[in-house]
Amino acid sequence: MTTLLYLIPVALFLGALGLSGFVWALRSGQYEDLDGAAERILIDRDDKPGR
Amino acid sequence: MSCCAPGAEMALDLNGATSVLPSSQEIRLASRSLGDDLRQTDLSVPTVHCAACIQTIEAALGKLDHVESARVNLSTKRVAVRWRGDEVPPFVAALGRLGYEAHLFTPEVDDKDKTLAELIRAVAVAGFAAGNIMLLSVSVWSGAEGATRDLFHWVSALIAIPALAFAGGIFFRSAWNALRHGRMNMDVPIAVGVSLAYAMSLYETINHGDHAYFDASVSLLFFLLIGRTLDHVMRERARTAVKGLSQMAARGAMVMRGDGARDYLPVGEIEPGMRLLIAAGERIPVDGKIIQGTSDLDCSLASGESTPKNVAPGEAVQAGVLNLTGPLTIQATAAAKDSFLAEMVRLMESAEGGRAHYRRIADRVSALYAPLVHLTAFVTFLGWMAATGDWHRAMTIAIAVLIITCPCALGLAVPIVQVVAARRLFESGIMVKDGSAMERLAAIDTAVFDKTGTLTLGQPRLVNADSIDPGMLAIAADMAAHSRHPFSKAMTGFAAPGGQHKFDAVTEHPGFGIEATVAGSTWRLGRRGWAGWKARTGGEGKHGYGGTALTKDGFIVATFDFENALRADAAAAIKRLNDAGVSMQMLSGDTAAACAEVAKLLDIDDFVPCLLPSGKLERIETLAKVGHKVLMVGDGLNDTPALSAAHVSIAPATAVDIGRNAADFVFLRESLLAVPLALGVSRKAGNLIRQNIAIAIVYNAVAVPIAILGHVTPLIAAIAMSASSLLVIGNALRLHGFMANATVQVIQKVRRSAVGYSAQSS
Repeated sequence: MTTLLYLIPVALFLGALGLSGFVWALRSGQYEDLDGAAERILIDRDDKPGR
Repeated sequence: MSCCAPGAEMALDLNGATSVLPSSQEIRLASRSLGDDLRQTDLSVPTVHCAACIQTIEAALGKLDHVESARVNLSTKRVAVRWRGDEVPPFVAALGRLGYEAHLFTPEVDDKDKTLAELIRAVAVAGFAAGNIMLLSVSVWSGAEGATRDLFHWVSALIAIPALAFAGGIFFRSAWNALRHGRMNMDVPIAVGVSLAYAMSLYETINHGDHAYFDASVSLLFFLLIGRTLDHVMRERARTAVKGLSQMAARGAMVMRGDGARDYLPVGEIEPGMRLLIAAGERIPVDGKIIQGTSDLDCSLASGESTPKNVAPGEAVQAGVLNLTGPLTIQATAAAKDSFLAEMVRLMESAEGGRAHYRRIADRVSALYAPLVHLTAFVTFLGWMAATGDWHRAMTIAIAVLIITCPCALGLAVPIVQVVAARRLFESGIMVKDGSAMERLAAIDTAVFDKTGTLTLGQPRLVNADSIDPGMLAIAADMAAHSRHPFSKAMTGFAAPGGQHKFDAVTEHPGFGIEATVAGSTWRLGRRGWAGWKARTGGEGKHGYGGTALTKDGFIVATFDFENALRADAAAAIKRLNDAGVSMQMLSGDTAAACAEVAKLLDIDDFVPCLLPSGKLERIETLAKVGHKVLMVGDGLNDTPALSAAHVSIAPATAVDIGRNAADFVFLRESLLAVPLALGVSRKAGNLIRQNIAIAIVYNAVAVPIAILGHVTPLIAAIAMSASSLLVIGNALRLHGFMANATVQVIQKVRRSAVGYSAQSS
């Protein structure tokens, strides 16, 4: 029973963390071009990983 | 040879894009400053559609001098270019060379879609709250007792408060707004149900009751918000895409001051009496009178007349027409707000009344449904009060009725179908302004077509190419490459594959034709009377004096016949509409002869030629008065009032700005099959919507009696609600099957005609 007293706040905190992450992503414009984002993974970039 | 290089460039330009490139002043005017010498220009590029396009465009534009970055937005089909310096980088031309037609558009100051962001945030908050409360509720249902249950209820109540305040605010505001104006909408039962459920649950929690309805009230919001967001996304996507295609209205003009100074002024600052310089290829920004120069004007968008009009000093010109061949100086006779264009907007606004009366099917259902729900709940409460005298029990059951009848399925029934349908139409190149447009289209029984630009492409086609000596045709084509005249554009396709002829000099005589000299002889391509100055010109030939001819030293060596090319699949589209039981009419501003020709080709019995914009409007209104539901398909400025007067309207993407804004549907591809396709999908979607509403009603018929009898526990309410929503969504997805077939057919058609076209032109 006592475990619930801290597990519930922990669960809510983690959920709220996810929610605020989503709101941040929304604000920073990451949902503005969903079609473009889906296609962009197909683009090969010339830049090679640094060694 | 000095003339060949520009000729070659011009040919590329003509093949690549039919519209005119905006001047650099225009681009500068449309760009906005980001501070620190950095400017951003937004271009609409309707043909962007895949990863390869993104990469090609971003790489090519990024390589230009002074361009800082270029970013493609595939969802809105726009490119944002950031650049520095005084000189405007030639990005529009660069895009043209890649085969992408780009148009400028002015981004609004407040371009971001605030409502969508708010809706998505509300969905996220409601989803988060619903998920957490549901977890706690499941523990309660599976047997939590006493203090644990109370704790869970209290936590649920705490989570629900911000969710209701934030996510529910959207419904509360709308419901309050409706009630204040004495109306009823879907949001009223939602608002009442949700808040009553919360209040009752809170009361139960305080009194250590067994049941609380926090989960029901929050998950209800969650589902309804999903439906609302989908609805909004569909509308906004089409609207931004339509807005983006601004190409037809001139943004400004070069003004010549009294002291000889020249300024580029935006349209809004042009006043009557100013003298404007209009180069060949520019649109005339305001009504005016020509004071210097001769040229050909393309009036097809303004009057529907397809043949270019020769103009000379002293004649009046209307805003919106395209100056084709020679530079003109005009004196403005009206400011932009008083010009022909503005007149059309006024006609259009006054015509819009008929459509405003249309009420969406969801609103009509909810107007009947909402009072019924409240009445049922109220009667249930009274009934249980009378039977048991226990107000607490009566209230609980009444709330259960309210929750279980809350139009969750109804809220999703309409938008989900419309979103699926709009998405499918979008993939076949048709944009839908909003859901009610599909409902209205499904109801039509009469279709009215404009001729120029809609049934025909508005571009002439050479019809007697086979009977002309190929050598002469090639010479004519090479000469034609130097002109913007529509007949010239039609001829350039017939250039010899070997390359350009070498001309010593090429000059265009605006209003007459093109003259070139080769090895001492003079070739002329243009009006018969002007070109064949040594030929006997009186009364001979099919077209007599007015036809187009190619001459060598004054003797006619070839004559050309042109006709307006029909839009791809026009005949097939008309046939399909006929099969669908829609009667057909053609209205045009063009001459009776030109209309009769097209009508015969397409098998349209009913047509009215020589109509003014107000005439078209009147025809539509007469049809509406005798009870017809009219679909208007048109593209010109002169069609715009008719487009807004009709029950529903469709415009091609090549239409003028205000035409596209007035239309409910815009089709991006050339094929006219878009019209029957949109009709078919709308009718199918209409059927599915009615089915969905029926499902929702049947669900209520089953669930409500159970609730009234007091057998509904929160678990049953939650399951029933989710099940009805899932059923409705599943039904909407059945549209996929129908659309897949229709789309494949259209795509095959388009491919076939594209292959045919390239074979013809190569």
